[in-house]
Amino acid sequence: MTLIEELVATSTAISLRGVSKAFGHGAGAVLALDNITLDVARGEFVCLVGASGCGKSTSLNLIAGLDRPTVGDVSVNGRTALMFQEAALFPWLTVRDNVALPLRLAGVGKAQRRRRADELLEQVHLGGQGGRRPHELSGGMRQRAALARALAQDVEILLMDEPFGALDAMTRDLLHDELEQVWSATGLTIMFVTHNVREAARLSDRIVLLTSLPGKVADEFPVTIDRPRRIDSPEVMGLAASVTDRLRAEVRRHGD
Amino acid sequence: MATEIQQHDKLAEEIAGLDALETHLESHPGPARQIWTTVWPKLAAIAIALFAWQAVVWSGWKPDYVLPGPDKVLPALVEMMGTAKFWTAVGITMRRAVSGYALALVIGSVLGIAVARSRLLRSAVGSLITGLQTMPSIAWFPLAILLFGLTERAIMFVVVLGAAPSIANGLIAGVDHVPPLMVRAGRMIGAKGVNLYRHVVLPAALPTYVAGLKQGWAFAWRSLMAGELLVIVANRPSIGDQLQFAREFSDADGMLALMLVILVVGIVVDTVFGRADMTIRRRRGLIDHSA
Repeated sequence: MTLIEELVATSTAISLRGVSKAFGHGAGAVLALDNITLDVARGEFVCLVGASGCGKSTSLNLIAGLDRPTVGDVSVNGRTALMFQEAALFPWLTVRDNVALPLRLAGVGKAQRRRRADELLEQVHLGGQGGRRPHELSGGMRQRAALARALAQDVEILLMDEPFGALDAMTRDLLHDELEQVWSATGLTIMFVTHNVREAARLSDRIVLLTSLPGKVADEFPVTIDRPRRIDSPEVMGLAASVTDRLRAEVRRHGD
Repeated sequence: MATEIQQHDKLAEEIAGLDALETHLESHPGPARQIWTTVWPKLAAIAIALFAWQAVVWSGWKPDYVLPGPDKVLPALVEMMGTAKFWTAVGITMRRAVSGYALALVIGSVLGIAVARSRLLRSAVGSLITGLQTMPSIAWFPLAILLFGLTERAIMFVVVLGAAPSIANGLIAGVDHVPPLMVRAGRMIGAKGVNLYRHVVLPAALPTYVAGLKQGWAFAWRSLMAGELLVIVANRPSIGDQLQFAREFSDADGMLALMLVILVVGIVVDTVFGRADMTIRRRRGLIDHSA
């Protein structure tokens, strides 16, 4: 049985087996990821947490197929969409056309993609904003539009690279609620990279803590707190504290 | 279930509230006011220029028949505009300008795309294009006349050579300056190959391309005027050859009137490009409204 057949059989969405990734060659080469093994179940919400240089973004690029591992196997059962810290909407298109572009590229007809784009905008609470230009929206609204654009790709797996890192705390809290709603409505598998430990405890089913330089899986924390959650609930803060302690111990190793 | 729905509604309200706080509609001035704010500085500049010109004439630096003032030239212009020959000349010149520029647009754009995409082509002809751009177009005329004689084609040849490099360079610079994040986002949503260019790279490059088109027009117009002064085609009156004849007949009034026509055409076309540029920048949020 090949790995991908195994994935289909076992309802695993993402599987990394002994994945290493080096950048550069010879003596100057940098090992970004070192022997990572990680399985993500279909419909699971996993947060990758780590300090700078833990290879979080490298992992997402490997899973998204934007890059190849140096050693090891990456298997992805389903199509992926990737969201960045910047919304990366196209400024020459209206918000609706931004959301409709993946549909257009997939060959969906004009009337149908317009309808679908409006539905998706409605889903992220941007109904009625479709005719505006990206620069007329706030940062949080732009990220929601980017989320709608990712959903328009009709994927099974959503990869998010610190998507709320540049937002203020209040907007971020609301977007957590929003993302949770979208996740439970769509059944997406989400892999979410952040260095905000509380955010990870607020959102995920499982927190995977990565070491830095090279990135290895240091620890995993299942998150069993009942949803809906609040970022300032004692359970979330308690879990975040223990993850932070573990993260700090990791960071200290680099100070020696 | 009821509480879940309540929670959804609450979230929707909270999000709507925050959105309303964070976005404020810009107030757009009415069209009449908008036109007035762009027009009055131009009118003022024209008035100042006319006054300076008149002042030089009044100073008596040159005799009247060499350097007439606006009081003589403007009536000469009006009189000229009443003749059929003037409009034939303007028509022929504009036809040359449009067809030459259109040809340059096609050649420059194809060349620009090719060079932007191919590393080999770029190292081969990239600096040659910039070299051509800096070459004064009038330097091409001896060759053009040798190749094509005193014909329309000699003029076209130089107009295209003058404008195409600027257009190509505008497109190359535009493609080079597309933010990598845009390209990454485009790839991620499924834009590949031609589609990546059509939906991401070229729209992103548009502002710089338009700047290249504008510069290309300036070179085309200059080349055309130089060409019409040098290459006089029989029975094909044009603004350039009328200017040449005015000088030969010592008709200073007519000569200056024609120069005004050349200037006005340049300004009008520049305004068109300026408007296109403003529209693009406004749509993309590249205008600082606080300024």
